[in-house]
Amino acid sequence: MNPAAFYPSAVDYLRFLPELILTIGGVLLLVLEALTGDNKDKTSLGYVAIAVVLGAMFAVPVALANPGTSFNGMLVSDGFAAFFRMVTLLVGLFTLLCSTSYLSREKANSGEFYLLVLFSLAGQGIMAASNELIMVFLGLEIASISSYVLAGFLRDDKRGSEAALKYFLLGSFATAFLLYGISWIYGVTGATNLVAIRESLAAGTSGNSMAVAAAALMMIGLAFKVSAAPFQVWAPDVYQGAPAPVSGFLSAGPKAAAFAIFLRIFQTSFESFSSRYEPVLWILALATMLVGNFSALWQSNVKRMLAYSSIAHAGYVLVAVTTNSNVGTAAAMFYLAAYALMNFGAFAAITHLAGRGESHVTIDDLKGLASKQPVMAGLLTVCLLSLTGVPLTAGFFGKFYIFKAAIDNHLYWLSALGLLNSAIAAYYYLRVLSAMYMHDSKTTDHPEPVPGGIQLTMWVSAAGILTLGVFPGLVLDYANRFATFVK
Amino acid sequence: MNILAILLLLPLIGFAAALVLPAAVTKRFVLGFSLLIFAVSLLLIGTTMQSPGGMTWVTDTAWIDTPAIRFHIGVDGASLWLVILSAFLIPIAAYISQRTIVHRQKEFYAYLLLLEFGLIGVFSSLDLLLYYVFWEVVLVPMYFLIGIWGGERRIYAATKFFVYTMAGSMLMLVAILYIYTKAGTFDLPAILLQMEAGKVAFTQAEELALFLAFFLAFAVKVPIFPLHTWLPDAYAEAPTAATFLLAAVMSKMGTYSLLRFNLNLFPKASHDCAPWIVVLAIIGIVYGALVALVQPNMKRLVAYSSISHLGFVVLGLFSGNQFGLDGAVYQMLCHAISTGALFILIGFLQERKQSLEIADFGGLATPAPNFAIVFLVATLASIGLPLLNNFVGEFLILQGAAKANIWWAAFAALGVVLSACYMLWFYQRTFLGEAKAAFTDLRPAEWLTITPLLVLMLWMGIFTQTWLPGISASNKVLLERPTSKIALQVAQ
Repeated sequence: MNPAAFYPSAVDYLRFLPELILTIGGVLLLVLEALTGDNKDKTSLGYVAIAVVLGAMFAVPVALANPGTSFNGMLVSDGFAAFFRMVTLLVGLFTLLCSTSYLSREKANSGEFYLLVLFSLAGQGIMAASNELIMVFLGLEIASISSYVLAGFLRDDKRGSEAALKYFLLGSFATAFLLYGISWIYGVTGATNLVAIRESLAAGTSGNSMAVAAAALMMIGLAFKVSAAPFQVWAPDVYQGAPAPVSGFLSAGPKAAAFAIFLRIFQTSFESFSSRYEPVLWILALATMLVGNFSALWQSNVKRMLAYSSIAHAGYVLVAVTTNSNVGTAAAMFYLAAYALMNFGAFAAITHLAGRGESHVTIDDLKGLASKQPVMAGLLTVCLLSLTGVPLTAGFFGKFYIFKAAIDNHLYWLSALGLLNSAIAAYYYLRVLSAMYMHDSKTTDHPEPVPGGIQLTMWVSAAGILTLGVFPGLVLDYANRFATFVK
Repeated sequence: MNILAILLLLPLIGFAAALVLPAAVTKRFVLGFSLLIFAVSLLLIGTTMQSPGGMTWVTDTAWIDTPAIRFHIGVDGASLWLVILSAFLIPIAAYISQRTIVHRQKEFYAYLLLLEFGLIGVFSSLDLLLYYVFWEVVLVPMYFLIGIWGGERRIYAATKFFVYTMAGSMLMLVAILYIYTKAGTFDLPAILLQMEAGKVAFTQAEELALFLAFFLAFAVKVPIFPLHTWLPDAYAEAPTAATFLLAAVMSKMGTYSLLRFNLNLFPKASHDCAPWIVVLAIIGIVYGALVALVQPNMKRLVAYSSISHLGFVVLGLFSGNQFGLDGAVYQMLCHAISTGALFILIGFLQERKQSLEIADFGGLATPAPNFAIVFLVATLASIGLPLLNNFVGEFLILQGAAKANIWWAAFAALGVVLSACYMLWFYQRTFLGEAKAAFTDLRPAEWLTITPLLVLMLWMGIFTQTWLPGISASNKVLLERPTSKIALQVAQ
């Protein structure tokens, strides 16, 4: 190999700039955390982290302006990667905005939280931009290990610790499946680069059934990560037990990044036998929608309900993945962006309303919210209506594009069943709405003022939802342009 | 600037304004603003009546590029009246709520305007997806209207209403998307043109499936038997203004859409399914009337009578001839006026006695003679007495049905007889007999609300020429379209 090509050039780093900023920022925070005294207020570290995320967001267009692969084809900077980097960074920004006040409320104000978020974001960025399986694995692990700790960040909370342990055990199990699949693929094709795998499989020189088995193993690992049925059992417990802003983070950020690699791997490397795995995805998508929606119907805990709803939404995105087309990929991209806004908006509201120790998280606790805090209730309503899929919200166009892609690809039954599912989903979102608007409050105490970070998050997500509900082209045109992969 | 586009946007502007205005003035603001909207809607008449067969006041601009969804609206001789009807009924709904809605007034009046936005949108959109957007938007304000200000079981009723309607419309969305894959556009006139030119054709099975997907959504909304089970709950639990709007305009969303979409897009399937749908319609007519006969609750009684009357409209639509269609559209307007009037009067009764049970009333004619007379006129209109509005609609529908199949008309006519039974019996138990207690007669403000409706009942019963030419011209275009001509008229 030519040594000059082996050493990374400056442009390689530019293509990697967002993750670079996040990593350096994370390490910086680590030092700052050690330098500030134990009993000091650590909120300012949160602001540093916010600044780092904003810096990474500005670095995304820089990376996009230098398209191509870097570090010998390990990472790729394309529009697809930039899109998912932006989505995960947005989720990270929301998480940080909501958690500064949350952590002081829960008396768990330490700097580690912020740097873990940054490291997790760096991992997700690597997932979005990875062009080969080792990077996929690395990104996934960086993102996941930080998330495990975040889930159990409130050490004294039993549920949180249980959530973290469960998340860690099942997550590692899933990663093992993925890694096993990667090793098989390497055995069959001798490559870990996505394009090289594709070429090797297309040339037909390698054992095809082995490759199919490897793809199946990897699909299982990824299905765990996106919480697709029947690999979804961890999600409700984790989202319920984790601190509310972390639940919002987990349900939107790592999930979007996992879908990014799902799409990239299956549409780049394994495209040649798409007809083999399409029926599997079909069943996976339907099962995920059914399990998510039907389980959510019975929940009285809002966090747990949103957890099941996030499973159902993963099902909708899987419908888009099943189409195995550029239109479907664009629809999935749009949906995940819309989902990040609406789901995080809902979790932001819960973060505040749950109160100290997250003791008020049942639907009953939301009774009478509309008269006590009309603005908060209104913003949450926008998020919930969007999750329901009512027109003029981003959620409607998300579903619309997904099912349009499905029908374009002749998946009529899946579309009909999926859309009927979303009518079922209306029921449990309406339960929250009716609690807020149609019941009187149980208590008469004055509501606590909403922290600025949470207010900002909710306003931004509600505004985003309504804007995308009227002008979906703002995001969709971009998604359509970049829904193709380097092959 | 196009008046229809302004008319569509005004309620939305009003909604936003109502949300930010101080609570004390919302009530008066919405009443005034909705009257202004009504005045604007009247400006549409002149131009549309010059060529009622075609679309007038058309606005057609791009909304979303991929896939191409157009902001395409327009009205013809039939939809014009439904747009005006919506604009006419909202101020009345606002007005009758002045005394009954006492808590959270600001939201209530704001929702009325949001509802109006959706209604005018449904009746004027010419792009399938734009139409679908409005169709769903209507659900949200109505859900809150029922759920916040309704009766005891309001949350149950509101949720049932929302989920039922949404489930019904999901298959319609699939059908709309499927049509797009065939025609490459969501634009209704463009699709119809392509169908006429033979560029887009559905196989029999496709057409049937698409027809049923649309039909299901609309049948829930009308409702057509046996999809009516949400209706008695919603009508009985909703506050008077919402019940009034549900019965008067929202049911017309279903029947109008059957006319605009099912009959236009799928003439062959409409023809093939007509006998089955007519059977359901006739069951609805008779069943609704029989259940109304035994209802002890007056709101439910009128709710079930609506199922019966709407059965007539569906019968007319699927007779597939000029009489039937004209009658159906005419009856949509008539039913809105007469049932709307009944709900308003029942609202007045409820306000005075805090009860809806017929048994709690009786002999009201002695202490409140004016009330009794007004109620009698509304009752007779609902029964279909000549010179009052419903007579014209039902007569045309029966004529159309008889032309298609004499038995259809024979069975449907049972409904007319039964309606006389339940309505007159209801009237007798409420107003006649010995007076039980003191009862306030109509107040000036109540006169003001009900008079426009009384005038319209007579006007629509006597001077049919004000309305029918536009409606006929619009229906004629449908019936004479080459595709429908073969399919629909072969039935004769």
